[in-house]
Order: sequence, then C-alpha cells, then structure tokens
Amino acid sequence: MATPTMDKAEAEAAAAASPYITVTFRIRRFNPEVSDEVQWQDFPIEIDPKERVLDGLHKIKWDVDGSLTFRRSCAHGICGSDAMRINGRNRLACKTLIKDINPEKPITVEPIKGLTVLKDLVVDMEPFFQAYRDVMPFLVTSGNEPTRERLQSAEDRERFDDTTKCILCAACTSSCPVFWNDGQYFGPAAIVNAHRFIFDSRDEAGEQRLEILNDKDGVWRCRTTFNCTDACPRGIEVTKAIQEVKRALITRRF
Amino acid sequence: MKIHKYDTVIVGAGGAGMRAAIEATKRSRTAVLTKLYPTRSHTGAAQGGMAAALANVEEDNWEWHTFDTVKGGDYLVDQDAAEILAKEAIDAVLDLEKMGLPFNRTPNGTIDQRRFGGHSRNHGEAPVRRSCYAADRTGHMILQTLYQNCVKEGVEFFNEFYVLDQLITEVDGVKKSAGVVAYELATGEIHIFQAKAVIYASGGTGKFFKVTSNAHTLTGDGQAACYRRGLPLEDMEFFQFHPTGIWRMGILLTEGARGEGGILRNKDGERFMEKYAPVMKDLASRDVVSRSIYTEIREGRGCGPEGDHVYLDLTHLPPEQLDAKLPDITEFARTYLGIEPYTDPIPIQPTAHYAMGGIPTNVEGEVLADNTTVVPGLYAAGEVACVSVHGANRLGTNSLLDINVFGRRSGIAAAEYAAKNDFVELPENPAELVEAQVERLRAATGKERVATLRQELQETMDANVMVFRTEQTIKTAVEKIGELRERYLNVSIQDKGKRFNTDLLEAVELGNLLDLAEVMAVSALARKESRGGHYREDFPNRDDVNFMRHTMAYREVGDDGTESIRLDYKPVVQTRYQPMERKY
Repeated sequence: MATPTMDKAEAEAAAAASPYITVTFRIRRFNPEVSDEVQWQDFPIEIDPKERVLDGLHKIKWDVDGSLTFRRSCAHGICGSDAMRINGRNRLACKTLIKDINPEKPITVEPIKGLTVLKDLVVDMEPFFQAYRDVMPFLVTSGNEPTRERLQSAEDRERFDDTTKCILCAACTSSCPVFWNDGQYFGPAAIVNAHRFIFDSRDEAGEQRLEILNDKDGVWRCRTTFNCTDACPRGIEVTKAIQEVKRALITRRF
Repeated sequence: MKIHKYDTVIVGAGGAGMRAAIEATKRSRTAVLTKLYPTRSHTGAAQGGMAAALANVEEDNWEWHTFDTVKGGDYLVDQDAAEILAKEAIDAVLDLEKMGLPFNRTPNGTIDQRRFGGHSRNHGEAPVRRSCYAADRTGHMILQTLYQNCVKEGVEFFNEFYVLDQLITEVDGVKKSAGVVAYELATGEIHIFQAKAVIYASGGTGKFFKVTSNAHTLTGDGQAACYRRGLPLEDMEFFQFHPTGIWRMGILLTEGARGEGGILRNKDGERFMEKYAPVMKDLASRDVVSRSIYTEIREGRGCGPEGDHVYLDLTHLPPEQLDAKLPDITEFARTYLGIEPYTDPIPIQPTAHYAMGGIPTNVEGEVLADNTTVVPGLYAAGEVACVSVHGANRLGTNSLLDINVFGRRSGIAAAEYAAKNDFVELPENPAELVEAQVERLRAATGKERVATLRQELQETMDANVMVFRTEQTIKTAVEKIGELRERYLNVSIQDKGKRFNTDLLEAVELGNLLDLAEVMAVSALARKESRGGHYREDFPNRDDVNFMRHTMAYREVGDDGTESIRLDYKPVVQTRYQPMERKY
C-alpha cells in the first residue's frame, strides 16, 4: 500500500484550517408566475472549492433564496437530474467541483438549451424522453424464450458497453447545435440508446431502429461537432456511437 | 382538484415500482406516480450486484442463500419470506436478462457472478460467488432495463407527482385503501387518484442522517403517509450503515470492491478485519464491518490528521481489473477526492445506507394494519416495505433482489385484487389534509427555516443513533427530535408560488423525516439488546428471550390532539433455522 506523504498530510491540515472562499454564482432566473422577463442574478457565497456546484446551489436555496429552483437527486452523477449549463458548458452540477471551474470569476449557471424553460433551471424534459421512446429502447427478440439466460460472449457484451452507461440527463442532446435549431431532430441521447440495442447480439430489431434513424430527423442531421461527446458526464463516446449507427445504415452490418 | 380513476396506482418509479408496473399494466389499468422522473430513482445508485444462486461459476443453491440471509439479518428475518426471496431470485435474475439487462458474462457466455459480504457456501464455510452484476453499475442497469420495459409495455407515468396522503375508507368495519392524494409539482394542483389497489414503492428514508449514501429525495414519503393514517411501521430501529462511504461525503463505494479483493486498512496499514472476522474477513456482514471500522477509529487507529476514517485499499489489484469491474467507484474517487485508486488507498467511513424497517407486509406485498390484519387494496414493496427479508441487517445484493421479487409479487397481487374488487368510495373531502398542509406552509410566517431544522436533525441522528447507541444517546436524540418537531410548526418558506415549488416540498419532506426519525429513535430506545444494525453499548448482546420479535410502532392521537408513539411487537417467523451465535 502506498503511504500518503508528509507533504500531503500537511497540505490537508492547512486546507482544513480555512477551506472557504467567496464565489459568485451568476444564475439565470425565470419564473413566469412572477414575470416574463429573464434575469441574471448574482449570489456571492462562502464555499469550500472542493465542494460541488450543486452544493453551492443548495447553499443559495437553503440560506439565501428558497425560490431558486432546480432538479437534483442522487448528488453523485448517477441519476441524471441536474444537467445544466455551467460556465457555458453542459455538465452535471453534482459532478462539477468549484475548484475545477475557476472560482476567481463568477460561475454562470443556466438551464440546458433547446428545451423550454419552465422555471429557473428546470426545463421541459418531455420532448427529450419522447425522442428516446421513439427509437424502441428495449430488447426485441422472437421465438421461444430459453429456460436459462441467453448466452452472450464477453466480446459481444463489450460491443455496446459504452452506450449502456447513459443516464438520460440530456447533457448531450441539449449541447447539440442541430437540436437547438430543430427540436424535431432525435438528438444524440436517443441515438445512443438505439445504438445500445442495435449492437446487442441478443436483439432482433436493429433494422427497424435503423429505419427510424434513417428518417429526415434521424442520424443524418448530425454534423459531427463532438459537443455531445464533450458534454457527456458518463464519458460515453457519443459522436463515435452516432458514426457507428450511420455506418450500419450504409453497410447494413451491425 | 382533479379526480382520476385507475385500477392500480403505484407510488414510486424505482426498481420495485417499475417491476410492479410491468406486471400490473399487463393485468389492469395502471398509473405510476413518481415525484421524480422514472430513471432518477436511487435504485440507479446501487452498484455491486443482485444475489441469486445461479451456480454459474461454482456450486451454490438457494437454501444456502436463505441461510445466509437469515444469519445476516441476525435471525430477525421472517424465514418463510427469506426462502421465497432466495428461491425466486434465480428467475428474477433470468427475467431481467430476458428483458435485456446487460450482465457481465463468463467465458461460457452465462451471467458472471462475484463474491459479496455475508454470502457463503454451505452455511458459512467460505465466501461464494453469488452476486450477478454489470460492472459496478448493476442498479443503473436494472433501473434502465425496467424503464425500457415499461416503455415497451406502455406503462402510464405521472412524472413529478408527489403523493402526500393515503386515503382509507372504513367499509363494514374494515379499513380499505381508497386511493391517494398527489401534488403536481409543475402546477401546484392537487389530484385525487381513486384506485382499487395502491402499491407503495417509494423507497427509503436515509436523508435523516447527515453522512449517507442516500439521495436528497429519500425522505420516507410513503412510510410517513401510511403512518399518519394509523398504519404501523415495523422494525424502524434497524438501519444499515454501509462500511465504505467516501469519507465525509457518504457516497457509496460498493462492497463489490472488497468482493474483487479490496482490503480495509487502518493507519498502520494493518488488515484489521482479520481480527474481527477470521473467516469472511473484509466480506463479513455490513453491520460487523461498520462496527469494526468505528472500533479502529475509537481506539486511535484511524487515518488522517483527525484519525476519523480508514482506507479502502485497491492498489494491489491490476488496473485492468479496476477498469473492467469497478469503473464507476474508481471514477468517484478521482472526481470527488482527487485520488488515483491505482496507486493510493481511498479514505472511507461508514455511511447511512438502508432502512431494514418500513411498512409491514406479508409475502404477497399486502400491507398489514396490525400483526395479522391485511388492509384490503394496499400493497408495498422494496425499501419502503418490511416483509421482513432483511431482519436486523440486510446482506449486500439482497435489496436489488428484494425489489425484483417483491415488486413483481405485489404488482401481480394488486392487479389481481383490482380485477376482483370494485372501487371503494372516497372519504368525504379527500384532499382536506393535503390542502390544509400545503396552504399552511404557503401562508406560514414563522421564523424557523427548513434547512436549519434538517441540518440539526441530521446532526443529532449521526451523533446519537448511528453505529453505536446507548440509552443516553438515544434519549438525547428523542428529546432533540421532539424539540425540532415543535419548531417545525413555526417553519416558513420563501417561495409562495404554485409552479415547481420545491421550497414547499422540502418543507413537506422535512415533516416526513421528523416523524420517521422519532419512530426510529423511540423504537431503538425500547430495544434493549444488540442485534444486526442496532447496536446498544449498554446491552451489547443479542437477547433472544426478550427481543426475538419485530417492533410495530403506531401513531396515537389523544383526545386533546397530542401525538404519541405506541410500541407493540410481532413474532418472528422461524422455519428451518434455529438462532445461533453469529460469527463470520
């Protein structure tokens, strides 16, 4: 076992002495119950830079302004509730540490783009989930079910591993310029979830899904800007998955 | 106020709720009400696996699994239920695979299995590979697979609908479920869902602790709704503290890390679990490991400047193994601690994880109004419920199993009940209680703040009713909770609006947490023994003569309106296993 060095322990002790710094959160506010106007509001708060942006939002909501509204649940990057635009980039607030985004300047927080804002950082997720549901995101098989499990080799399982990680947070889809301009586009997340089944050796509906994605609002709309890959908090190679679906459409091999 | 009518209404869209929904939708007109979106539930945070004696990689059978579950629960488990759990585990895993769940595979292409705490071959001889898993994201895969199948079956969801009240109507002297009252987050509107059958699958209540692996939204809403309507809560004193939460943050690091060979070490680098559990070592049951960690810390062998944690050491495992089997938890260590698990040990401490207790049910998921009487039309499954398959301490991988086995059972039972029975008349003014509660909070001008009270609650729970308890610490907690309940009456919120008023909901959730914390502390005070997750330093031994029984806590309201908790007890179902001393 590696032993932590003395330097590290001292650094920890020093940090423990006074961890707090002042950071300004600059948040895009919108509440149609009060006004149709969007407002940017600054909240200076004391926070440990090792804390998450979500912790900062909670400090504001709990200690300063209870009306600040955002979704969140698990607080460690698994549930996909708190995708938002932080300093102009889509991220999960619970997976972004203050120290990693330059706390010297105000941290801007706004809702993800391309979906209707309902209040503050809360957007209408329904079009996003509709696109997901439209790609048949479930295993389709025919014939009698085996008594035991279906067999799948480790290699076949590995083929679609990356796209099983999706948490449906919409960070990718709402980072896509094509989706911003045309909400009819399925968007990266729906394609990722189609990919997850198209390349699953147990599935038999790959052709159907490919036809769905061959639509005018399907994969061909992708301009390969890689925003989705950059935005994915799960590290999924989203653009690569979309390219694989495009290739499967041409070669009809998957 | 809108009124909806469904045969079956399911409250909660995590693992248990969606597993129930898949069955209920095939058999009855079903609605699922969830305060989040379906894939946001905390089932998704479960990591290590789902137990089933598939025997894919070594000899195993469901009887060994039953025994381990009973022993793990320190013999407070109802053994008939544990047997069902272990027996039906095999089909539950195979069903998920057929629904599409991407399990890790063996070289033969079958579902791979790994070791987990408390799961053994032949009644404790040695660890056994029983946990079926998908890397360290098994819960995520289960949640996604179940949602995918809900989409396939056309399950009807009401997203961001918050159930605040359970409606009960007395028909010919029998209390029956009539439906639920829900608050629509987007609009602030109140909805009545009249239903022939209601299934609670709303999850746990861990947010009354400060250091917890639980989501912000795990506030015991289902337990509180039933409890306030006079239904009992069973075994609430039993709460599981998972040994390996990220230091100070409480984020879960799966037991699968130790299943893969990870080792707990104190500041001297010593593998201390060898002292406490010579056979199972780091894979002893969770209550045993958590107490061992705190014993090390108390005796001055904790790590760091304050000696307040120990290390989970994975540095001897090959990086390829960590990448393949434990990708998420190693990433958590990098993201939240800035630590590279290939080369450095991870600071951990026990974290409040799982409620063994909850709404009492029988093995069909039917809710009990007392020790034996069923509430017709009312069901519960998953962490909100107490069957009891976990007894005084749940084994790792048995909760993902529980939600699938008893989610399925309650979904079928509820839909079949709905097919045979008619709607029960709604009580007069069904929304009365919820309207009053919401209006009171909106209009309140008191000086107390939700966040302050919640923080004080969490601090007193961490300090007084965590891994080690004594009469004095529990009494301190009971008094503090009483004070907080008083102060809660003077709580006010800043957001007075109707649209997405999460300020209001946090206040409601705090009310639930306070009620349930009180039940937990009062139940713990009365249990003068140590068993499983409930450890009393003033009564360090298990006392089968006086306490081999389930606690049943009821809310009583006196003629003058004063509330109190009445404790009763229910016998444990024992079939094949006689209580023995628990050694690992």
